[in-house]
Amino acid sequence: MDEALRTSPRATPWRLWLSGGWLTLFFGVALLAPWIAPHDPLYQDLFLQRLPPFWIDGAETGHPLGTDSLGRDVASRLMHGASVAATVALIAGLATCLLGSVLGLLAGFYRGWVDQVISRIVDIWMSFPPVLFAILLVAVIGTGLTSVIVAIIVIDWTRFTRVVRAETMAQARMDYTEAAHVAGMSRFATLMREILPNVAPVILSVLTLQMGIAIVVEAILSFVNLSVSTDDPTWGGMIAEGRVSIHQAWWVLIFPMIALFLTVLSFTQFGDALRNRFDPVLR
Amino acid sequence: MSALVDIRDLVVSYPDMARKPLLGAAPRNTVLHGITLAVGRGQIIGIVGESGSGKSTLGRAILRLIEPDQGQIVFDGTDITHLDDRALRALRPRFQMIFQDPMSSLNPRQTLHRLIATPLAIRGDTQAMDKAANALDRVGLPSRFLARYPHELSGGQRQRVGIARAIVQSPDFIVADEIASGLDVSSQAVVLTLLQDIVRETGTTLAFISHDLSVVRRLCDSVVVMAGGKIVEAARTTTLFNTPQSGYTRKLLEAIPLPEPDQVW
Amino acid sequence: MSAYLEITGLNAVLRGTRTRVLRDVSLSVSKGQVHGLVGESGAGKSMIGKAILGVLPRAIEVASGRISLGGQDLGVLPLRERLRVIGSQTAVIPQDPLTALNPSRRIGPQMTDRLTRTLGWQKTRANHRALDLLEEVAIRDPERVLHSYPHELSGGMRQRVLIAAAFAAEPKLIVADEPTTALDVTVQKQILKMIADMQTRHGTTMLFVTHDLGVVARVCQSVSILHSGMVMEEADIRTMLTAPAHPYTAALLAATPRYTDPEASLVPVSDTVLAGVAEAIRASDTLWGRA
Ligand SMILES: Nc1ncnc2c1ncn2[C@@H]1O[C@H](COP(=O)(O)OP(=O)(O)OP(=O)(O)O)[C@@H](O)[C@H]1O
Ligand SMILES: Nc1ncnc2c1ncn2[C@@H]1O[C@H](COP(=O)(O)OP(=O)(O)OP(=O)(O)O)[C@@H](O)[C@H]1O
Ligand SMILES: [Mg+2]
Ligand SMILES: [Mg+2]
Repeated sequence: MDEALRTSPRATPWRLWLSGGWLTLFFGVALLAPWIAPHDPLYQDLFLQRLPPFWIDGAETGHPLGTDSLGRDVASRLMHGASVAATVALIAGLATCLLGSVLGLLAGFYRGWVDQVISRIVDIWMSFPPVLFAILLVAVIGTGLTSVIVAIIVIDWTRFTRVVRAETMAQARMDYTEAAHVAGMSRFATLMREILPNVAPVILSVLTLQMGIAIVVEAILSFVNLSVSTDDPTWGGMIAEGRVSIHQAWWVLIFPMIALFLTVLSFTQFGDALRNRFDPVLR
Repeated sequence: MSALVDIRDLVVSYPDMARKPLLGAAPRNTVLHGITLAVGRGQIIGIVGESGSGKSTLGRAILRLIEPDQGQIVFDGTDITHLDDRALRALRPRFQMIFQDPMSSLNPRQTLHRLIATPLAIRGDTQAMDKAANALDRVGLPSRFLARYPHELSGGQRQRVGIARAIVQSPDFIVADEIASGLDVSSQAVVLTLLQDIVRETGTTLAFISHDLSVVRRLCDSVVVMAGGKIVEAARTTTLFNTPQSGYTRKLLEAIPLPEPDQVW
Repeated sequence: MSAYLEITGLNAVLRGTRTRVLRDVSLSVSKGQVHGLVGESGAGKSMIGKAILGVLPRAIEVASGRISLGGQDLGVLPLRERLRVIGSQTAVIPQDPLTALNPSRRIGPQMTDRLTRTLGWQKTRANHRALDLLEEVAIRDPERVLHSYPHELSGGMRQRVLIAAAFAAEPKLIVADEPTTALDVTVQKQILKMIADMQTRHGTTMLFVTHDLGVVARVCQSVSILHSGMVMEEADIRTMLTAPAHPYTAALLAATPRYTDPEASLVPVSDTVLAGVAEAIRASDTLWGRA
């Protein structure tokens, strides 16, 4: 009875709530952007250029976060930018995770030639300078959201492979792996049912980190104009445009930067907080 | 009466990663130098000896957890030395190992319930849950511990979980690697009596690896003494303790500390 | 002689409950003495060691009590200062060698980390020290061991690595949690002698958890007998062995198998003795419940 009632300390629950809250908002807005955005993010109203955000004199009620130098609504662009960011974070993050983790698990568990092959590929892969690699890739397969996502997967899978391989190896050295053999489990079942749950917390940490990184990479590529077409609102694109008019309209730059920062931070914090809350070993 | 486990000329080596050249295979470090040993059905055989002499390695090799370089392992008339994975899996439920390091042999993210019941569930046992609770009770742990994780137990409690997990499967052969040293004398008595009873009632065979010679003397029918990867002496328990033949065995007996204030030691 | 380690009225509970894991534990160990902690499995011996070092599991917290090291009350020190005192004066030989070692790092750096990082030793000097110590704990090929990963060593070798690592920095207090369970008796003898030697040479104080009363007789000067987190008896070693005051202690002694006496059967501590212990615990809990 006392087992069930036993309470354990929840290290800083506010971390889970804050980061979780922001991410909910982020994904919610991303999903609903077409319906909740007050304006068409591409509509240019040259009479309403560089309107300031609502708390500054001269603001218009319809544009709470002001407008940019072409008179487009910043809030609406931010919301649509969130859609792009969320798509990239989810698809690129999960796909990278899946590819990298599977290879890492196989290499770390089966060792031998499997490990040799995978580790060599990782080594070779990592010797390319990543940004150059991305630019090259986008140049070959063309700009657009798909190529951004493909670029991220192609570059970043090694991050998962390395971490997951090392952790799998460490876990496979524990006697419980042998105990599973004694119990009559097949090798593959041992990997999936015994080892994977112990590697999962590490995968989760890297995954949330990777989602943050994916958003930043997308922003960088937009910044250098290699992502989606210039018209489509992205946070990176907004930052690039905002930089030009920083002296006349700082809000065009600052709002997407804040959004970017908070989102990336929330992803990593959320990963940590989840582990603290749900991992029986840390609890 | 034929032996349940019959080992002939067993040689086991590990790759020595410390001396591995940059390219090519690591040189191998031979740990067991030709072990020959027969364990009779329903017997308790004690395996004692130097730390690092290869006792755990021998236990692992018998259960085919590591591949021997040479030699032969016969289990209940079947030569299992080169048995493939599938055939071996079919045999697995018949032999068990209780590992020396209790913490690392228990999956840290599984509750005791799952730890003990999984091997049964794999074989489709529907009463796995009841059996798990019962096994825990037999090693002297309350069944409310079923909901706990290994790190929420004391060292000796973990050790007993390992024992419960082995006996719940009613195996024919158990390798118990250093299971008594982490237990107080009272729990020790409970667990050892339990093992003794199991051996007596079900004819299970037990290989008991231990450093505690007093316990070995009480429990075992025969004893092998190992040093440097070889068997230096093998005898009936009383013979070994009364008339030790090898110098190493005598050294061991002299070094046993006794709970008396003025032992000359 | 002054007490180096002093624990008074230590109570530890499952966090957020009133369920006690340690019940009013008091004990004191003079400088340069080895104090044994003996008792049932699950009695809280490891928790006492962890409480001293401030590394209790998250699910367990100290409810009340005082722990002082060398006259310094640890409870009143600010966290940073407390960590410094513990870090510079104590070392631990953990009960579970394999989990205490990082599975993905070689033994060498794990042993010398503390010397190079905390004490600022040169790497080569630290390595030499590690080799010397491994030889002292009767490891045959110390070079190989330094280059090995933990899983490549035998249980007893891992345990000796941790013993050597604890001795490396010559701490004032060593909390040794069942440090010789995986050692054969000849190696154990050598290590107990080494401990006695450290004691005389450096005045090392030691808290020595063990189940082996034979070991207690050889290495400890005083001893506390525990049950369910409560000290049943604290006594000097000779008294404990020859004229135990508490029936539980006597029962433990009687239940200890001796190879010199093979006929006696293995018997657990009798129910009558345990009933007496349970009575004492209930009385203590009632008092605690009122507090
Ligand atoms: N993380 C935890 N959560 C809940 N209970 C715990 C936790 N860790 C230990 N306990 C309980 O606290 C009690 C004391 O444990 P401790 O490890 O101190 O025992 P011990 O005296 O060292 O025993 P042993 O000789 O078996 O190592 C045990 O009953 C154990 O089940
Ligand atoms: N996985 C491994 N890789 C390389 N060497 C190993 C491995 N496992 C064990 N060894 C080596 O094999 C030797 C025998 O180890 P083993 O664990 O069998 O000893 P043991 O007799 O059980 O000792 P102890 O009583 O200390 O547990 C040791 O020298 C050890 O270093
Ligand atoms: Mg061993
Ligand atoms: Mg303990």
